[in-house]
Amino acid sequence: MSDIINANNLKREFFVGTEHVLALKGITFSIQKGEFVTIMGSSGSGKSTLLNILGCLDTPTGGEYLLDHFAVKQMSKNERARLRNNKIGFVFQTYNLLPRTTALENVELPLMYNSTVSGKKRREKAREMLEAVGLGDRLNHTPNQLSGGQQQRVAIARALVNDPVIILADEATGNLDTRTSYEIMALFQQLNMQGKTIAFVTHEPDIALFSGRSIVLRDGRIIKDEKKIKIASAAEALAALPKEEASDYIEKE
Amino acid sequence: MNLTNLFRIALKALVSNKFRALLTMLGIIIGVASVIAMLAIGQGSKQSIQDEISKMGSNMLMIQPGANMFQGARMAAANTQTLVMSDYDAIKRDCPDIAAISPMVNASGQAINGAKNWPVGMQGVNTDYLSIRKLEIASGRMFTDTEIATSAKVCLLGETVIENLFGAGVDPVGLSIRYNKIPFEVIGVLVPKGENAMGQDQDNIILAPYTTVQKRVVAITYLNGIYTSTTNESVTEKAKAEVETTLRAQHKLKDTDQDDFNVRSQQEILTMFSSTTQVLTILLAVIAGISLIVGGIGIMNIMFVSVTERTREIGLRMAVGARGLDILTQFLIEAVLISLVGGSIGVMLGVGSSFIIRNILHWPVIITTFSIVLSFAVCTFTGVFFGWYPAKKAANLDPIDAIRYE
Repeated sequence: MSDIINANNLKREFFVGTEHVLALKGITFSIQKGEFVTIMGSSGSGKSTLLNILGCLDTPTGGEYLLDHFAVKQMSKNERARLRNNKIGFVFQTYNLLPRTTALENVELPLMYNSTVSGKKRREKAREMLEAVGLGDRLNHTPNQLSGGQQQRVAIARALVNDPVIILADEATGNLDTRTSYEIMALFQQLNMQGKTIAFVTHEPDIALFSGRSIVLRDGRIIKDEKKIKIASAAEALAALPKEEASDYIEKE
Repeated sequence: MNLTNLFRIALKALVSNKFRALLTMLGIIIGVASVIAMLAIGQGSKQSIQDEISKMGSNMLMIQPGANMFQGARMAAANTQTLVMSDYDAIKRDCPDIAAISPMVNASGQAINGAKNWPVGMQGVNTDYLSIRKLEIASGRMFTDTEIATSAKVCLLGETVIENLFGAGVDPVGLSIRYNKIPFEVIGVLVPKGENAMGQDQDNIILAPYTTVQKRVVAITYLNGIYTSTTNESVTEKAKAEVETTLRAQHKLKDTDQDDFNVRSQQEILTMFSSTTQVLTILLAVIAGISLIVGGIGIMNIMFVSVTERTREIGLRMAVGARGLDILTQFLIEAVLISLVGGSIGVMLGVGSSFIIRNILHWPVIITTFSIVLSFAVCTFTGVFFGWYPAKKAANLDPIDAIRYE
């Protein structure tokens, strides 16, 4: 049983003022260890709500949610916080790094809330993760000294530092240009090949080409859930991009 | 959750925004510095007044005729003649806790030396007076009991009188002056004492045997007062009671009669002055305390702004596993750290300015450990009290909304 995620008939309703909104109307699926899944849908499809529930930030109002065989619905707020700390790594669209704080300290953050990890071990693990994402030489840089792509790498390193069972990415390439997006997707694919389970929420179809399975939501329901036969390689897509040179943009006299 | 880690997190948060932390602290710094300086000045002046009054003669009990002078109102002439030598004898004989005792006869007039004259009071006393008032002889000698018995025309002068009748630096022992036309031989000079706590010149003084003043200068048979000193400061109240009992018996007062004299101890004069300075000190401390409250409000204000500004950060912390309690503790520690660091700087500033006031303005200043400990305690309380509400607000944020906050 290598199910990381078991979603069974998930329902989520909201009461916004006098309006009653049914964001999720019965979502059922599972994610196995080692899968790279994209969750797609347009605005209002319920994908953000689903991600919040998968990330234990929110509880479903109906149905069951199991994360690594833990039943999340009955858990208290504090228990869910502990679960997030131990089992989930988040990567956000806006990176969400702490300003005026070094990359190393940013990556250490989840372990700061884990009292079983010593300071020394914490620092070692953080350094290891930063090296794994290719930023071993920028440990002491603060976010304003890093490019968008580099900041996202730091965020990915942070998401890996606690050895999570799954990485949840929310439009992780949304703020990046095409080239950098492919770089980040290449990194995700590399992590997936090393055995990491990844769930990636996006609305961009060409990003979904890099995953091994796509779940599509519409109006709170899954309308498509298919595994890919052919998975595109982000590294190749990156290499295929036309090389841009500064001279292309300077008017020739 | 690990308190050390939370402490580190809070410290890191403050250090990354040093300028804002410093501005926030400013109110606390000023508040604490002024509390310390005000209390130091208040303590200092209270102590210096106590010292001055002690220098005037501790253990002193002053007996005066007439009922207690109320707000300086003058009593009728008959009232002021109730003290006589037999009272002096009775007290000397019957009060065991009285160590030294001197009658007091006052005269006012002019002291003359050749062309120079100087208006000054003459105090008629006996030999005990020197020890009661803690006076010392600089040159010459005190008069003897024989000279008292014979009402000899001898006197001792204070420095101010010498300066005005003979000139500064002159030793007038052996020379003579006239007081209200009566010739006196100067037999001694008193060691100068300067101004007392009430601004009076203690060296503007002439001492003579009380018998001389009584018979030759003012021609009265009663006394203007009796000065005594007790064996020990601790028996002052007991001695006072003994004197009052003796005098009431001497004056044949019935139980229902009021005293026709009043006995004042050092303590009462001290208390009178102490209570004034005490009120002043408390007033100053209250004002300083108010500025501390204002400083605390400043902290609360900035913490609210900080929480709002760091909403996304708080959401992220919760997303990676921080519980509400972790967030609350972090922000509380931040508030307390600001208060304590501000308090420390304030203490240093307060102590520093107290020293400056002492050395440059020459005001008496006493820095007490109590005021420093009090300041730190108040600071910690301020940090917790004013930081609590913003910290609670932070802890109650919903991570989903917080992390997407614009």
